[in-house]
Amino acid sequence: MTVSFLAAAVVAGTPLLFATLGEIITEKAGNLNLGVEGMMLMGAVSGFYVGVTTNQPLLALAAAFLAGAGGALIFAVLTISLRANQVVSGLALTIFGTGFSGFIGQKLIGQVVPNNLKAFFKPFPFPLLNRIPILGEVLFSQDMFVYLGYAAAIVIGVYLYKTRLGMNLRAVGENPAAADAAGINITLNKYLHVLLGGALCGLGGAYLSLVYVPAWQENVIAGRGWIAVALVIFAAWNPYKAVIGAFLFGGLDIIGFRIQGTGFPVSLYFVDMLPYLATIVILVITSMKKSRENVPPKGLGVSYFREER
Amino acid sequence: MMADIAMEGITKTFGKVVANKNIDLQVKYGEIHALLGENGAGKSTLVNVLSGIYIPDSGSVYIDGKETRLNSPRIAAEVGIGMIHQHFKLVENMNARENILLGNKKGLLLQKEKLNGEIVALSERFGLKINPDQKVYDMTVGEKQKLEIMKVLFRGANILILDEPTAVLTPQETENLFEIIQKMKDEGCAVIFITHKMNEVMMIADRITVLRKGETVKTLTKEETSPQELAELMVGHKVDLSIKRPKTEKGRVLLEVKDLQAVNEEGIKTLRGISFKLATREILGVAGLAGNGQKELCEALAGLYPITGGSIEYLGESLVGKSPREISSLGISMSFVPEDRLGMGLVAAMDMVDNFILKDYYKQKGMFVDRKQAREKARQAIKKLDISTPGINNSIRELSGGNIQKVLLARELNSNPSLLITAYPVRGLDINVSYKIYDLINEEKEKGVAILYVGEDLDVLLELCDRIMVLCHGEVMGILDADKAGKEELGLLMSGEKTDKLGD
Repeated sequence: MTVSFLAAAVVAGTPLLFATLGEIITEKAGNLNLGVEGMMLMGAVSGFYVGVTTNQPLLALAAAFLAGAGGALIFAVLTISLRANQVVSGLALTIFGTGFSGFIGQKLIGQVVPNNLKAFFKPFPFPLLNRIPILGEVLFSQDMFVYLGYAAAIVIGVYLYKTRLGMNLRAVGENPAAADAAGINITLNKYLHVLLGGALCGLGGAYLSLVYVPAWQENVIAGRGWIAVALVIFAAWNPYKAVIGAFLFGGLDIIGFRIQGTGFPVSLYFVDMLPYLATIVILVITSMKKSRENVPPKGLGVSYFREER
Repeated sequence: MMADIAMEGITKTFGKVVANKNIDLQVKYGEIHALLGENGAGKSTLVNVLSGIYIPDSGSVYIDGKETRLNSPRIAAEVGIGMIHQHFKLVENMNARENILLGNKKGLLLQKEKLNGEIVALSERFGLKINPDQKVYDMTVGEKQKLEIMKVLFRGANILILDEPTAVLTPQETENLFEIIQKMKDEGCAVIFITHKMNEVMMIADRITVLRKGETVKTLTKEETSPQELAELMVGHKVDLSIKRPKTEKGRVLLEVKDLQAVNEEGIKTLRGISFKLATREILGVAGLAGNGQKELCEALAGLYPITGGSIEYLGESLVGKSPREISSLGISMSFVPEDRLGMGLVAAMDMVDNFILKDYYKQKGMFVDRKQAREKARQAIKKLDISTPGINNSIRELSGGNIQKVLLARELNSNPSLLITAYPVRGLDINVSYKIYDLINEEKEKGVAILYVGEDLDVLLELCDRIMVLCHGEVMGILDADKAGKEELGLLMSGEKTDKLGD
């Protein structure tokens, strides 16, 4: 019972994990992209559409990846090249993404994922690691998307903290003027990471439409993009902590069904509220805790212009 | 014969402002070349062009006789140019090693031990003590500067530019910096040193180029010039470099502070038992490195900063627990010029009139704001302080930094205070305006005002103030008579050595 709940929490948390990792990379480059919800929707609808029409799982993934990156490209052009306000640009992207998915998804409503794709995204035990008691069942008897999520978190962690390029990226987000003076290409770094971040958000969205649901329903993301934005703060911009945060919120997301199953007398509406309530509580707590390590990148939200005086 | 580093006909404009106009500069390897000029003379702009930050509108740069297009900091670094910026370009939450390595292209992974060895070897060669694992936010200003120097040396720079490096250092740290600069020179580097302090130029420079209003005035060798001549070249007319200190009879004690204590948000003590007395017709200077309690002291006196212990008495009446408005209506006035100038006191988006009204609009009757008086006051202030502004109805933001400071001071003086607290009133101002402000402060002193003057230039503190209180880590290190104190003594106190001198 508990093990199956935890395993389900991991599944529910995986779209959050992708989106959170994507937003972490974006914010590490000093750009606050509030369009996560929009990019997830774009990824969800594009992945689903290509999956249904081509019946090719890899093409569906590629479509989701590119759709997320495409959404991010709009944001990148606005905020990096044109130095527009990041908050407004991000919000606009969310609105755009919602409209985009609604438009493309009109004809998809009610369609289900073809069996070929379902088989491709079927859970399979991860060799060796699945034999660890409990953890093996919770973490390593999942579908390939989930494993991809682990891999993404680890790769991003190593990249950020162990490589020279990751260090350069952190410098861009912390103090672009210092990075620029050190000869780091600010524009290139920002573009690359904003696009990559958007692509990860797109993949997170596609997980919902292709695997989690797996059928097309309108507004399939249902606010998860916003939770991801909050999770970035919860994780203190650390990709490893993002894993914990995402799975925790995945658990809160599904706890309602479980409680209903037990017959415990609690309002369904209250249970549905839990993830959002927890988001608020966590934001309050993390903003009270002061530390010099767990702080947003200093240059977050500020456009950089070398010749500014 | 062309010099090793030559800038010819550099012109750079920002919108309508011409920052550099056809400037020439020639520097040789193995020399320390001072770039001297007032604020706004174009020194920083010029070296920013040399370091690839600004792209000039016209003009060319020759390095080792070859024309070089410095389109980015990276290209500048490749030809050996390294700049130590006035506002340090360091990533605060990285350690020294990471900051040094930023942007270097060797290898994918970070090899800690090997790099630490290289850093230590280099730091010993130049006498720069650095701990590679120390985070930047734990460093003192002096350490940050050493790290900046290490950064450029590590990249093999042999043309070093230092933009006002001494502005933030104690006298002892400055001496240490000069030793390092001397070593760079001995190793054959070209050092370009920006300053507006004459004594430093005379101490360390080989040649001096003076800039004024964006143009080259003259390049001279140290031997053929004098501080007086340099000052005149800088300003463009004769100047008197001494500050007057009118002799006044000290009046009654106006302010008495006893054992003042305060903590900041993080629970760290910012004021540790500060006690002093301040009388009318006297200027009490406050010396100390930035961030050692000056700001907190000023704010505590003005009622803006909560205190945890001690007393503040003004003519026998306690100020503790009074609101800022009550305190200011007692005749206590504060003008604090923070590093960003607008941070405290003025509203950037408002015009001069509205900023003048901010402090007493509530005394007016009725629903509407009456601007008539304030307009008159603003006009007077423009005349009296020689404020250059398009008009009293232009927002403060459009004015230059120096003029903004004048507006702030003018408003504070307008309320006819009996106690004036002024912090860094000449921060970043050129000689002319600074002296005008010293005169104004002296005028107030002669009128019978008690003045608390928080400053950073020790020479000025020694000449202007009657007594000088030195703060370090929120503690009074000593209160000295300005007549008898010396710079070395003040410097030692600033770095935390205590004295029992608490002269009143």
